[in-house]
Amino acid sequence: MDGLQRGSVAIVGIAESDIGAVAKDMSAIDLMAQGVHRALADCGLRLSDIDGLLCATAQSRTSGLSLAEYLGISPAFIDSTILGGSSFMFHVAHAQAALQLGLCKVAVIAYGSTQRTIGRRQASAREYNPYETPFRPFLPATAYALAASRHMHQFGTTRTQLAAVAVAAREWALLNPAAWEKKPLTIDEVLAARMISYPFTIRDICLVTDGGGAVVMTTAEHARTLIKPPVFVLGCGQAITHANISSMPDLTVTGAVQSGRAAYEMARLGPGDIDVVELYDAFTINTVLFLEDLGFCAKGEGGRFVSDGRIAPGGTMPVNTNGGGLSYCHPGMYGLFLLVEATRQLRRECSARQVADCDTAIAHGNGGVLSSQSTVILGTQATL
Amino acid sequence: MTESPLGVYQAHLERGELAYQWSPEAKRAVFYPRVICPFTGSDRLEWRVSAGLGTVYATTVTHPREGAPYNVALIDCDEGFRLMSRVEDIAPEAVKIGLRVRFRIHRPGGDEPSYPVFAPVERA
Repeated sequence: MDGLQRGSVAIVGIAESDIGAVAKDMSAIDLMAQGVHRALADCGLRLSDIDGLLCATAQSRTSGLSLAEYLGISPAFIDSTILGGSSFMFHVAHAQAALQLGLCKVAVIAYGSTQRTIGRRQASAREYNPYETPFRPFLPATAYALAASRHMHQFGTTRTQLAAVAVAAREWALLNPAAWEKKPLTIDEVLAARMISYPFTIRDICLVTDGGGAVVMTTAEHARTLIKPPVFVLGCGQAITHANISSMPDLTVTGAVQSGRAAYEMARLGPGDIDVVELYDAFTINTVLFLEDLGFCAKGEGGRFVSDGRIAPGGTMPVNTNGGGLSYCHPGMYGLFLLVEATRQLRRECSARQVADCDTAIAHGNGGVLSSQSTVILGTQATL
Repeated sequence: MTESPLGVYQAHLERGELAYQWSPEAKRAVFYPRVICPFTGSDRLEWRVSAGLGTVYATTVTHPREGAPYNVALIDCDEGFRLMSRVEDIAPEAVKIGLRVRFRIHRPGGDEPSYPVFAPVERA
């Protein structure tokens, strides 16, 4: 059998590390290790069971080395691919490949960031680009604002529609005890907040928090022997379209078109089959773009689609049920938390924010400035 | 190579020219300057000087914590390449997608290299 096989592997353990604002002098690797420890406890495995290690953080160039040393393990399979916030969805596909090939038996994917504590500049130094830096883009916000300007120009998308994304995220966050934001938010408050890069105010933009976590994966066969219901990987897809925003081919169409298509094909599912949608919402425009590009609505319709509470609690399409990067937690590379929330939803562990009768979830990661897109479709035993 | 792609580009700028590369095999412009053509993989790239006319493709006004808000735009030059820049001479929020603009050189002075900015094309 060639390629990744639907349902060949499963997510069996998940955890957040401390998130929000962590203790002084905690390191990114401390948070990764804490996430690993908790995720292992979640599935009843031990550190000695791990023979596959995947990780990424903006705070360590060789995080695989640092984390393996810290944990005292010498994994047979190791991968510290870093492609921005979507890195962890890439890791899922890489871990699946390694597990299918028998390169490892238990893989753990880890993330940690202390960007709130040490400052964003310290946490992820910007590279000098002679073709962009002189114009002082405030990255990544300026880049996403440029994309939003095109969407507004071509499709008539409004700031009020973008604000609806932030409000929906906040309503979900209020149902999540772990969320950073604790107070309600209105459309008018989003619009009136401090402008960062037009059309975005500070409320159109993700939080700056600390945080980390881990995801444990193993083969489907092994997963069925563990303590929690396995959440199977049904589909994976990925696409890279550019690195810098000035090289993005069309600012209104992301690589999620390709990554989504590949993931749906592998999962033998379409957008209409997905019960829970977790999208990387670094900016309000992201949710609009990914809803379109992953086929939940037509291109250009995203602004209208997110209005009137459709993606908020009680709406017809549950999107970003943890409160998202906008209101729950955003330590810089948020993708891992989408996997954590999708898994929790499918395990029915979400209490007040639980989506009823969900068996399929999509976790879509975005990295750079809409540069790397990676889609993972997950499902319960019932979907196999 | 005796000169880097950036070195050649920058030398043109210092002479007041906006240079780009042309791929004869792909028959299209390449920007930013590179050692190989991203459309064909060939290392045959010719340097050309832009006429300096273009259209605003995307625009935003970025608000720094301190100091005045400023424009950041993506400009589609008529020769078929896109670059990041800003539009000057009008208020940053007056820069609209579709606006016709003309290149001029900006010389920041000191050790900072020159870079290309744009201004609205005057209507005849």
